[in-house]
Parts: sequence; structure tokens; C-alpha cells
Amino acid sequence: MHYMTDRKRAVGAGAAHTGTLQHWFMTVSGVALAVMLPVWLYLFGAAIGGTRDQVVAAFANPFTAILTALVLVVSMRHFAKGSAVMVEDYAQGAARKAGLIFVSSLAAVIATTGLYALIRIAL
Amino acid sequence: MAEATGSSKRVERPLSPHLQIYRIQMTSVSSILTRITGHALMAGVILGVWWLLAAAVSEPYFALANAVMTSWFGKLVMTGSLWAVWYHYLAGLRHVLFDARLGLEIKTAEMLGWVCILGSVVLTVLTIVIV
Repeated sequence: MHYMTDRKRAVGAGAAHTGTLQHWFMTVSGVALAVMLPVWLYLFGAAIGGTRDQVVAAFANPFTAILTALVLVVSMRHFAKGSAVMVEDYAQGAARKAGLIFVSSLAAVIATTGLYALIRIAL
Repeated sequence: MAEATGSSKRVERPLSPHLQIYRIQMTSVSSILTRITGHALMAGVILGVWWLLAAAVSEPYFALANAVMTSWFGKLVMTGSLWAVWYHYLAGLRHVLFDARLGLEIKTAEMLGWVCILGSVVLTVLTIVIV
């Protein structure tokens, strides 16, 4: 007789060893980005080509700064989790682990660098 | 089935998808493009964040990053990223539709693939015109 429930036996048995949280995270972050990006693309695009003073002034604007910070953090988590699926699709063993660590770290480095720049401009 | 019992010899079977004879379809191409654009976008993100960091740090550093950003190379990366972001945007919305069990009929799904490709080009041109 099994005391374990069917669900308990199934959890972790899939190829990714996790449930549907990853997919749901991609939906939530994707929809958030879909809302933010049209406005952010306009603001970022308008800032390109300006002098340093103009660029600093553009990103010193509270709305632009907050939106840019949100786009950075959400998009880099979206990238890390989406890229992790690709790594899981194509790599096994040590290469998979190295790849997962790499994409997650790359996303963290980029997001942190961008946030540092925004804070430095804001101060 | 018959070969499976008693014999230690493994039958060579074609792996799926069998790339030499694979007939590409709109649904598979649009799916692969979603993954490619999502990853290629990192080029634009890295250039953009570097440019912003340079603007925050100093005048000479910004002069360097801005020269790269406004060069033909920078423009190529930014224009490519703009198309990639719009493609990924539309393809992502398509996935939200699919999750809601909409647009899953083959004809509709193929049509949505064309919407992603053509729509992304239209949105890219539109963004360049507006910005």
C-alpha cells in the first residue's frame, strides 16, 4: 500500500524537475514587459544620440528612471528563466549546470550594472 | 517492436526532428525565431547598459560609448534589437493567447506566425519613424 499521494510521486519527475511555476513566471513577467516596453522604447530611443548632459537629464527624470529600473530587473529575470529552458533543452550534466549558472549570473551582472548607472545618475 | 526482444543489437532509427528531411512550417519557424530573438536581444541590452553606465561615470567614457552607440555598428545592433524586441513581443502575446486556448487551430496558428513576422517589421518601421 502506498501512503504517498499520486501528486507527491509525480512532483519533480518531469524533465525540468519542477512544476509549472517557471511557465507562470514567464507569463507574469512577459505581460508586465508588454505593458512597459512601448513607453520605455520611446523614452530610450529618444535619449540615444543626445549629448551626455541630455542623456543624464533624461534618465534623471523619476518616471524614466523608475521605468528603466523595472524594465531592467523584470527583463533580466525573464531572460535568465527563458534562457535556462534553452540550456535545459540542449545541454546535459556539467555543461547544463555551468550554462544555468552562466545565464543567471549574466542577467544579474547586467541588471546590477544598469541599476548602478541609474542610481549614480539620480544622485 | 519485433527487434526489441532477445536481441542485443539496437536498431538505428531516425531521430526526431529528422533535419535532412524536415519540412519547415510557419509554426516551427515562428517558435524558433522567438528563442533566437530573445537571446539576440542581449546584444542590444549589453550595449544599452554599457552606454548608460558610461553616461553615469564620466565625459570621456561617455564619448567612447556614445561613439560606438551612434556608429554604423551601434545602429545595426539597435535596429536589429528593435525588430527582435517587437518580434519577441508579438510572439509572447501569441503564447498568452495559446494559454487561453485561443488560436490553436493550425490555420489560425500559421496566420498568427505571419502576424508576428510582418507585424514586427511594421512596428519596427513605425518606432523608427516616431522616435
